Amino acid sequence: MFSFQQIAQQTHAWLQQHTGSFTVLVECAIVAVFAITLFAVLGLVLVLLERKVAAHIQIRVGPNRVGPAGLLQTVADTLKLLMKEGLVPNLADKFLFNLAPFIVMMVAMLLLAPVAFARGIQIWDINIGVLYISAISSISVIGILMAGWSSNNKYAMLGAMRSGAQIVSYELSAGFSVLCIVVLSGSLRISDIIAAQENGWWIFKGHIPVLISFVIFIIAVTAETNRAPFDLAEAESELTAGFHTEYSGMRFALFFLAEYINIFIVCAIGATLFFGGWMPLHIAHWEGFNHVMDYIPSSVWFMGKTFALILLIMWFRWTFPRLRVDQLLTLEWKYLLPIGLFNLLLVAIIAIMGWHF
Amino acid sequence: MFLKEYISDVYQGVRSLLKGMKKTGYYFVHPSEIITQQYPDNREQLHLPERFRGEVVMTHDENNEHACTGCTACELACPNGTIKIITKFDVSPEGKKKKAIDTFIYHLELCTMCNLCIEACPTDAIKMAQTFEHSVFNRNLLTKKLNLPNSKIREGVE
Amino acid sequence: MYSETTIVTPEASQQPLLEGQLVINVGPQHPATHGVLHLVITLEGETIIKIEPHLGYIHRSIEKMSESLTYRQFIYVTSRMDYLSAHINNLACAMCVEKGMQLEVPERAQVIRIIMSELTRIASHELWIGAMAMDLGAFTPFFYTFRERETINDIMEQTCGARLTMNYMVPGGVMYDLHPEFVARVKSFVAQFKSKVSELEDLVTDNIIFRNRTVGVGVLSKEDAISYGCTGPVARASGVDGDIRKRFPYSGYEKLEFEQCIDTAGDSFARYIVRIREMYQSIHIIEQLIDAIPEGDFQAKTKAVIKLPKGEFYTRVETARGELGVYIVSEGATTPYRIKYRSPGFSNLSALNHMAKGSKIGDLMATMGTLDLVIPDIDR
Repeated sequence: MFSFQQIAQQTHAWLQQHTGSFTVLVECAIVAVFAITLFAVLGLVLVLLERKVAAHIQIRVGPNRVGPAGLLQTVADTLKLLMKEGLVPNLADKFLFNLAPFIVMMVAMLLLAPVAFARGIQIWDINIGVLYISAISSISVIGILMAGWSSNNKYAMLGAMRSGAQIVSYELSAGFSVLCIVVLSGSLRISDIIAAQENGWWIFKGHIPVLISFVIFIIAVTAETNRAPFDLAEAESELTAGFHTEYSGMRFALFFLAEYINIFIVCAIGATLFFGGWMPLHIAHWEGFNHVMDYIPSSVWFMGKTFALILLIMWFRWTFPRLRVDQLLTLEWKYLLPIGLFNLLLVAIIAIMGWHF
Repeated sequence: MFLKEYISDVYQGVRSLLKGMKKTGYYFVHPSEIITQQYPDNREQLHLPERFRGEVVMTHDENNEHACTGCTACELACPNGTIKIITKFDVSPEGKKKKAIDTFIYHLELCTMCNLCIEACPTDAIKMAQTFEHSVFNRNLLTKKLNLPNSKIREGVE
Repeated sequence: MYSETTIVTPEASQQPLLEGQLVINVGPQHPATHGVLHLVITLEGETIIKIEPHLGYIHRSIEKMSESLTYRQFIYVTSRMDYLSAHINNLACAMCVEKGMQLEVPERAQVIRIIMSELTRIASHELWIGAMAMDLGAFTPFFYTFRERETINDIMEQTCGARLTMNYMVPGGVMYDLHPEFVARVKSFVAQFKSKVSELEDLVTDNIIFRNRTVGVGVLSKEDAISYGCTGPVARASGVDGDIRKRFPYSGYEKLEFEQCIDTAGDSFARYIVRIREMYQSIHIIEQLIDAIPEGDFQAKTKAVIKLPKGEFYTRVETARGELGVYIVSEGATTPYRIKYRSPGFSNLSALNHMAKGSKIGDLMATMGTLDLVIPDIDR
């Protein structure tokens, strides 16, 4: 059967034969090229998807003029942004101003490392994968604060401060819901978590507590990626554009791209933790059914789950009004965090007693 | 008691959010509800109502005759000075002098389509046309002469 | 550095900023002001200390302009004041001229005027709901409400010839008779409205986030509403029963059965609910009239040149935003000597500082959104 795993193994063997001790370097270069390409493609696809989803929810058609059915719209937008002048405001902190979009972008890139795209396709199967993701994703708040501070703009400043409070608080909830799965699987390693779902995904195996932790996870990551209804950092009607008010041209495009890549990554992680990543839908003891499901390639399973979650998050965005800044924190500290803690306790009991399937 | 209230709060909140998502989800999966009109493509099917005020035009019949007597009622009725009528004296074969319009100038760029000139016209010489694509590159083109070249006043219109 | 000192207003210079306070300019170009309103806001963190509205960005001197226009001509200008209730503005002016002329308006014209006014009111409220939801971050209701508004605009276009600035009311009646399809189309709109308005309940009214954003936000007490001169839904949400259609009925409203929508909470949610209920009442009014449009003239006979006798004339109507007063001083000529418009938006805006002081920036958007400001109406 066609599989990415075989291609990867064959490439690795071939490289080892021909380049010898430089294999790691060559592989790094190949991975970098792939990652950057994936970035660009994902950005284009997700922005177009968002616009189309928004249009259909809002009884519109959406972009349909550039290219067949508007498919090239985002390419045209990117070209426009590339050619635009990147303005730096007078008296801005130029070094930080220029650095901020790259930090946000770099964080998004680093997060790609432990994501398992298909059976055997994973850049770095680190043994603390989930912890690594939680740790790295916190860095993006530094980039946002930097952007807001260095812009020398009050709107940007307010937006960045809001974003700081928001991301720091919601990381707790996201962490707790991730911990539920870690407790159940008994490992931080992504490949182990996926392997633990061989006979059924956690969302089905883990009873209601896992369902609750999934809901909390989705809410928390929506907040962490600064998406509506938690888009206070760029609240359009309040702060014009929040922390990236002063950004234009390619620097703005980097923020924009990073936002969408972050959505992809958090959804990929959600799919990995709760829906088994690339693992096909398996039901214990139904061998025939499992065998049929195995015929669908693992990459299709992964992308399907991830995009389903992305659609869910887009659906949120185009339905709900925005929360106020104090309500945002109330939701986290008074609702999500206590529920998450209690839920973790339940999951721990389930795991210890072995009540899950 | 507190816990009960807390849980019912959460339940009511989630329920209200799901209700909204059901509505937007309905529209997402029903593309037939889309109301967008593909404007430049649907020019053929686009019919504006007959009362639509697009611009002032002067009606001419097949003999290149119009009904404007040059009474300047429209010019006086216009709040913006959109219309300017230049009159002349036609000399009939019998040698009688008769007042007639030389040029009916209409400034589309000043017009607010208030329809007061049409209301004021005693002979129904002018009317509103249903055109609406008025943009031009040179604003001079918006100043229009409404009476056609060599047009005459229709017999019997006073 | 672009700092607090750059915006020196007389008030700001009198009260120097304290430690930790900052001034931001919301507007004249800002997504939430829906026009060129300029608010100078003193903040402490995210808490609003003071709001100073600055006007004049869209001042077109409509009052002065009207002095050089005849009594037929000046009506069309008022469509540009509160462009969302253009019909009702025109009606106020036409009524004022009729009062001066002591002209009796035919029954049919009066009924047409009421139907048009109520359709305008629904259209205005529909647009407002969409725009306010957008202020609060929900984009989608905007498109749903615009779909209904579009139907009204199409009806207007068919009968009046224009979609927004119709200039349909003339002294003595209306400019032309109703379009033959008008009645059927209004009826189908009423059916459409009734079936679609529940979407707003699902998306906006019942939504927990929307409720939390608006309940108890921007509270205006009854006493304050009266002393700031607030009118319309803003005052009615605070418990002031000041609907001009009930208090000083005009154009035949006294014969109709409808309810004055009053709430007592005075917060943003009350203002929202009052407007929603008002739309139902407008539909109720239209349903009473649409089958019983009397036959007859649509316009009274008037002279080509209208002259008002020497004197002062005042009429008031209830627009979608509140009380619009038209005050004409006539010297007996063909043009008014002086015209003064009492526009609802100006008084409603004056209460903004009182309502939003001490709240968060996010609350300001909810408060300002539910005031339903139309900036050209404030500036004229």
